[in-house]
Amino acid sequence: MSKHKLTVNGNSLEVDVEGDMPLLWVLRDKFKLTGTKFGCGIAQCGACTVHIDGVAVRSCVLPVSSVTGLVTTIEGLAQGEDLHPLQSAWIEHDVPQCGYCQAGQIMSAAALLSKNSQPSDNDIDQALAGNYCRCGTYVRIRRAVHTAASFYNADKRNS
Amino acid sequence: MNNKNISRRNLFKVSAIAGGGLMLKLSLPVNALEDSRTTLVKSSELNFYVQIASDGQITIYAPNPEMGQGIKTTLPMIIAEEMGANWDDVEVVLAPIDPAKFGMQGSGGSMSVTRNFDAMRRMGASAREMLIGAASELMEVERRDLKAEASRVIHGSGRSMSFGQLASVAAQQPVPVPEQLSFKDPRSYSIIGTSVGSVDNLVIATGLTKFGIDVDIPGMKFAGYTRCPRPGGKAISFNESEIKALPGVIDAFILQPDARSGKASMAFLDGLAALQGGVAIVGEDTWSVFSAKAKLKVSWDESGASKDQWSKMVTDARAIAVKGGGEVKLAGASVTEALSDGNNRTLEAFYEFPYVAHVCMEPMNCTVDFRKGSAGKPDSLEIWLGSQFPNQVKEIAENMLGVKQENVVVHGLRMGGGFGRRAVHDFAAEAMAISHQSGLPVKLTWTRTDDIHNDYFRVGGFENMKGAVSLDGKLAAWDQHYIGFADDKGKRVIGSGLRGNELSMVAFDNARVSQTMMPVATACGAWRAPGSNTNAFVEQSFIHELASLAERDHLEFLTELMGSRRWIKDGDISALNTGRAIDVIKLAAQKAGWGKAMPEGHGLGLAFYFCHAAHVAEVAEVSVDVDKNYSVKRVTVAVDVGPIINMSGAINQVQGSIVDGLSTMALQEITMQNGRIEQDNFHQYPVMRIASTPEIDVHFIQSDNKPTGLGEPALPPLAPAVTNAIFAATGKRIRSMPLSNEGYKLV
Ligand code: FES
Ligand code: FES
Repeated sequence: MSKHKLTVNGNSLEVDVEGDMPLLWVLRDKFKLTGTKFGCGIAQCGACTVHIDGVAVRSCVLPVSSVTGLVTTIEGLAQGEDLHPLQSAWIEHDVPQCGYCQAGQIMSAAALLSKNSQPSDNDIDQALAGNYCRCGTYVRIRRAVHTAASFYNADKRNS
Repeated sequence: MNNKNISRRNLFKVSAIAGGGLMLKLSLPVNALEDSRTTLVKSSELNFYVQIASDGQITIYAPNPEMGQGIKTTLPMIIAEEMGANWDDVEVVLAPIDPAKFGMQGSGGSMSVTRNFDAMRRMGASAREMLIGAASELMEVERRDLKAEASRVIHGSGRSMSFGQLASVAAQQPVPVPEQLSFKDPRSYSIIGTSVGSVDNLVIATGLTKFGIDVDIPGMKFAGYTRCPRPGGKAISFNESEIKALPGVIDAFILQPDARSGKASMAFLDGLAALQGGVAIVGEDTWSVFSAKAKLKVSWDESGASKDQWSKMVTDARAIAVKGGGEVKLAGASVTEALSDGNNRTLEAFYEFPYVAHVCMEPMNCTVDFRKGSAGKPDSLEIWLGSQFPNQVKEIAENMLGVKQENVVVHGLRMGGGFGRRAVHDFAAEAMAISHQSGLPVKLTWTRTDDIHNDYFRVGGFENMKGAVSLDGKLAAWDQHYIGFADDKGKRVIGSGLRGNELSMVAFDNARVSQTMMPVATACGAWRAPGSNTNAFVEQSFIHELASLAERDHLEFLTELMGSRRWIKDGDISALNTGRAIDVIKLAAQKAGWGKAMPEGHGLGLAFYFCHAAHVAEVAEVSVDVDKNYSVKRVTVAVDVGPIINMSGAINQVQGSIVDGLSTMALQEITMQNGRIEQDNFHQYPVMRIASTPEIDVHFIQSDNKPTGLGEPALPPLAPAVTNAIFAATGKRIRSMPLSNEGYKLV
């Protein structure tokens, strides 16, 4: 066991665990941030997607000892009381079915929008290729990402 | 837990932003979570389902478990409609598990809407009448001059009072006699039939939803369980001292199979399952447990273990098909004659479909706190899980651990997918046994490998088909030999064999149907539209084969097979109605542009299926290249499930069924090798990804039949629609799923 210092959603946190424990389980079991989900543990399904310095990563295969950047989880995506445009769009399009994959979908999409604020269907398909939705909400996910992109751009012009 | 009330009214501050869009804002502490009880303190209860606070907030209990099928939103919509509530004033709370109040709290078989529609209407109408009674008293006016609308009771003069103002007096009103309640005219509906977002969207989008896997209780430890890789095996010993010495491991022990925990092989509505033998590990966190599981070395007693072998099943089934025979379900008048009549054109085809797994996105898990009784207090048990039939776990506690059912408290959580898997509670039996044995409150979480290996699979099977068409292009004979599976007691496993409502059984003139069952030890269960999801592939493909043989247009041939417009069993929603069938078939075909010229390598495929009281037709448009790369461009769906309650939810279910159907037919297969399941995780059992998603165009015929469920019936027609389209595009017939085995690659 060893101590690991992390910055998660802007908070400095410390945890005493084996260095090979994936970030996913540190977040879920130790920090009680259960919005990030477990689906496979082998980087196939994307349920565990979080951001490290704004880049989408699969936290189920990322040893905590190797985490250096700022971690953002679904719980930290909204800015205070302002939902992220993707979260608003997800509600507007009534995307979720069971909802289990959606945190991962939104985190992957958020990383896309931060680099590419006018993604094509193809861009979306590529950015979300690592995220399974077993319930099959892909049609709405695509639409919601487009809607969020328009919010995003409007918001940027606004500020 | 934070008990702050979250009403959607408080959640969103809607502000206009440049560009004309609306931005929803969250205005509550981010850690606020749904909690049922405290929100209701100052509320007046009108009935078990409805409470109204003096500030006008209406709380409606959603009785049935939610797994993504939208029932938590749909049933309260019906109540709110009949009450005359404004949907924005409604806060939906998942009802506690209490069958005495809320009836059979189960989700399965696409029956929740059908079963509950009238009951929910009564609850709403009853609340409405009590509010009107209160208004009549307080406003000193006649009841008949009052109506309820937009959360107010309004008098003919225009005077009105809000539900909130009326709530406490309404609660004192006599409860109306159910038989005297009248229901709203559907033409005046303002909630039913509209698109309402799922009530949990906000908590889902912000990561705050609690699924079973997210449960955290005081003192909780984490557990894993490893069963024998060959079902039916038992653990003899394991590297106990090595495992116990691993970091984060608290305890490790063997559990023996326990027949008292229920049946090994499920029957749908008594989905208890036996505790299988294996090794339990309890630790400080999930990772320590999973790591220790990976280091387990177990010596297994495999004397009673499964020897199932998929490759042998295929060989055996082919031999049975050649031999023919089987239990005759329908004799047909002159099938043999028609098949040997030299004037007819005939065809024989062998179809095959594999076992598949549920792979719910949320792996099975369950949290249990077993408390040993003392000082005259009996043993008790508290359990948290996502289950389609949560109340059933009480029986496991009683039978296996001797905890009286009244001392078991069940918390049903939102499910990260169900599809029939969470109708069986083997994982709950494991968690109970582990908490009991270790004396600790534990959360058992399955790895994905546990989840695949220990599934109750969609049963595979075979159908040998023979058919004849006459010179004038009509169906002359249909001969269907279903080769399926039965358990060790000879009982057909769920989803295997024909149910009796197939077209061959009810609609064709000259059909012979027979069935042969082979033994299987691998556990089988309900998988989204059991039986229908595989038979549709065979039936609807073979109809197309015969249409092609007769050189007939498929659409014409299929509608002709329905014969005259009739209801096979008058008034019985589970019986085919050929008129409704013809209507959805024609609508799907028309919307898809049936008959239009298609570019090289493109094709349209049609299929229809009736199950779960739903009539559904689908047309798939595909393109296929010379290397067998295929893509499904668009699926046009026509559905008749009567009136739609929640349009957005209904379309979501259809879209999901199409994706699920495509994912399964294209990619998925479970195989057994000497009893062991050969697929370990998603790298060997993939799920379709976003890029392959077709456009999905959904049309409803809102007939005045009873509203029926939509979680399952849009799935079965998808596979044959796609393979029929591939035939149209290439002339190649596909008779086996998944298509990946035939060299086809979904792009
Ligand atoms: S849990 Fe990390 S990708 Fe599936
Ligand atoms: S909504 Fe259920 S897995 Fe995506």
